[in-house]
Amino acid sequence: MWDKAPEQSSSGRNQKPRARGRGRLLSYREAIREGLLQAMEQDRRVFLFGEGIDDPAGVFGTTAGLQQRFGAGRVFDTPICENTLTGIAIGSSLAGLRPVLIHMRTDFLLMSMDQLANHAAKWKYMFGGATPLPMVVRAVIGGGWGSAAQHSQPLQAIFAHIPGLKVVMPACAYDAKGLLLSGIAEQSPVLFIDHRWLYDEKDAVPAAAYRIPLGKAHVVRKGSRLSLICVSFMRKLALQAAAELAKEGIDVEVIDVRTIKPLDMVTINRSVGKTGRALVLDFGYSFCGITAEIAARISRDVFGSLKAPVYRIGLPDTPTPASPVLEKCFYPGPDAITDTIRRIMRGQKRVGKHR
Amino acid sequence: MTRLPFPVTLARKIYTSMVRIRSFEERICRLYSQQEMRCPVHLSTGQEAIAAGTLIQLRRQDYVVSTHRNHGHLIAKGAALKSMFAEMYGRQTGCSRGKGGSMHMSFPQAGIAGTSAIVAGGLPIAVGLAWGSVLQKNRRISAVFFGDGAVDEGTFYESLNFASLKKLPVVFVCENNFYATNSPQKARQTNPRIHEIARFFRIPGTCIDGNDVVAVYTAAAGAIERCRKGAGPSLIEARTFRWKTHVGVESDLEKGFRRQEEVALWFRRCPVKRFERYLLSRGMVSQQWIDTVRESVDKEISRAVEFARNSPYPRPETESTDV
Ligand SMILES: Cc1ncc(C[n+]2csc(CCOP(=O)(O)OP(=O)(O)O)c2C)c(N)n1
Ligand SMILES: [Mg+2]
Repeated sequence: MWDKAPEQSSSGRNQKPRARGRGRLLSYREAIREGLLQAMEQDRRVFLFGEGIDDPAGVFGTTAGLQQRFGAGRVFDTPICENTLTGIAIGSSLAGLRPVLIHMRTDFLLMSMDQLANHAAKWKYMFGGATPLPMVVRAVIGGGWGSAAQHSQPLQAIFAHIPGLKVVMPACAYDAKGLLLSGIAEQSPVLFIDHRWLYDEKDAVPAAAYRIPLGKAHVVRKGSRLSLICVSFMRKLALQAAAELAKEGIDVEVIDVRTIKPLDMVTINRSVGKTGRALVLDFGYSFCGITAEIAARISRDVFGSLKAPVYRIGLPDTPTPASPVLEKCFYPGPDAITDTIRRIMRGQKRVGKHR
Repeated sequence: MTRLPFPVTLARKIYTSMVRIRSFEERICRLYSQQEMRCPVHLSTGQEAIAAGTLIQLRRQDYVVSTHRNHGHLIAKGAALKSMFAEMYGRQTGCSRGKGGSMHMSFPQAGIAGTSAIVAGGLPIAVGLAWGSVLQKNRRISAVFFGDGAVDEGTFYESLNFASLKKLPVVFVCENNFYATNSPQKARQTNPRIHEIARFFRIPGTCIDGNDVVAVYTAAAGAIERCRKGAGPSLIEARTFRWKTHVGVESDLEKGFRRQEEVALWFRRCPVKRFERYLLSRGMVSQQWIDTVRESVDKEISRAVEFARNSPYPRPETESTDV
């Protein structure tokens, strides 16, 4: 019951998963686990640690069985001391290892902020690039079921704000595995943020190890009238909304940014240059958020092509409430997206108060 | 159990407090599958003696800060059961107006300053409350409850240090149930004797059987007296065991996370049953009195649930208030 997403009014039907190319159908959860497993098989320097990662529940199943497979030296439970664990990741990386530090919730990363922001993010730069600092910090976002204020914060913008941290947010199984393997192979700190409402989503995933370069957005659906640019879980809603709008003849292009830092503005600008309209979606706070960054850049870079202001949908500027009726107001559903797009297409001035 | 350090009238109050906590959470277990309490619940079943034995001795204006596992502390300190249930049912009449759920309940009118679901998050806040009362000379003391997991965090040590340095009226109560989620204490700490840490900070530290409410009462009485005298903080390590899963209403035994012997041992040490037997065997209460208490508590809880269910949900626009 801990894993349930709040109910959403779904006007868009679920996309049926289809195995494309040479992959098997694998869930997002299994893809993350496979990525971790293959990284450890490929490189003896990789190790995993974090609170409760050896628990039978295995971080929502993503670390299940890995300790049995690789031993307690390379996969282990830790004391509850996030800041220190982050420093230990830094130190072990400097000593030649490739740590992957795993947190069940992104909220706990706030405890790590000193080592993350003052140390991990700076170490390479402030010593003139003297040493690389490969390390991955993985954390989970997504609330629901009254997770409330301290167990549901999507903090990607905070991390992206800090120079020296890369931030990766996969929204499908294929991307999760490929981006995780890339992140682990990087030479500087990477935050990998997965979304728990996506764990059971299936996608075609090749059995072999593969890497998806950081900083490459993905055009998930081609369209001509409006660019729907999305982060993490919002991709799922975006595709539902696009399918719904297609029935009304509104042909929407969907772009999953996949990594919010580095950010692939080339792909985004090319799309908006073509469609002339953009709606940016983030499963994060709008205020000072990722959507603001993307919208500002679009408005500068392809100003001449814009037929409408750039709009955004994200989370409101409040902590997460517990009551189901309040949660429903807090999390945007597919209807918010379709409504907003219809208004943009009609050229309406008032598109919505948070947009 | 030792000789009763308190009068029979107080013993009865303490017993009633424990029964209220136990019954409150048993009711949650019974109703949770209806999916009307749509929030994670961390039950303190099996740990009731620590809350009851400590908080019965605080004044209403004294402070308490608690954790994700907070129901017992709230009840023992005097929160209204109906507003707690209403909070879990996500209603406007909840003590946090539906914003917090089970993990985030406060009741300032009874000194319950708040509860943090961030491990060790409440410790420095309790120290700050004590600092506030010293500076304002209002004689309030501050009790903070935390698990063995909090001892892993740096702020635990920093809080002890500051409280000791400024001789603040804080009672640190560690509910050592030997697990943080499913991570055993020995996988996280080399020295299982948490109370020994206090000594380094020149704070008296005691270790007690947390399922023996008389022992809890005695240890807490000493710590509270020190606070009232201005002699500074104390730490109590109360050893106990939680009967339910870390979160939710199931049992770890059924889930295969605990050994049968371990669980059976702690069931035998049930703090409520123990105190009940103790009082009965000494003729301090009659079986009839016990039955009456249980019955009236049961009714009180039914009324509280009824109240919660009949309460309105918060208006949607309140999502953006109180920021
Ligand atoms: C800073 C932080 N890290 C991790 C967690 C996840 N978490 C929630 S409760 C818990 C275990 C707490 O154990 P303990 O302090 O012993 O309290 P208990 O649950 O046993 O009462 C953990 C690790 C958290 N809430 N906060
Ligand atoms: Mg514990």
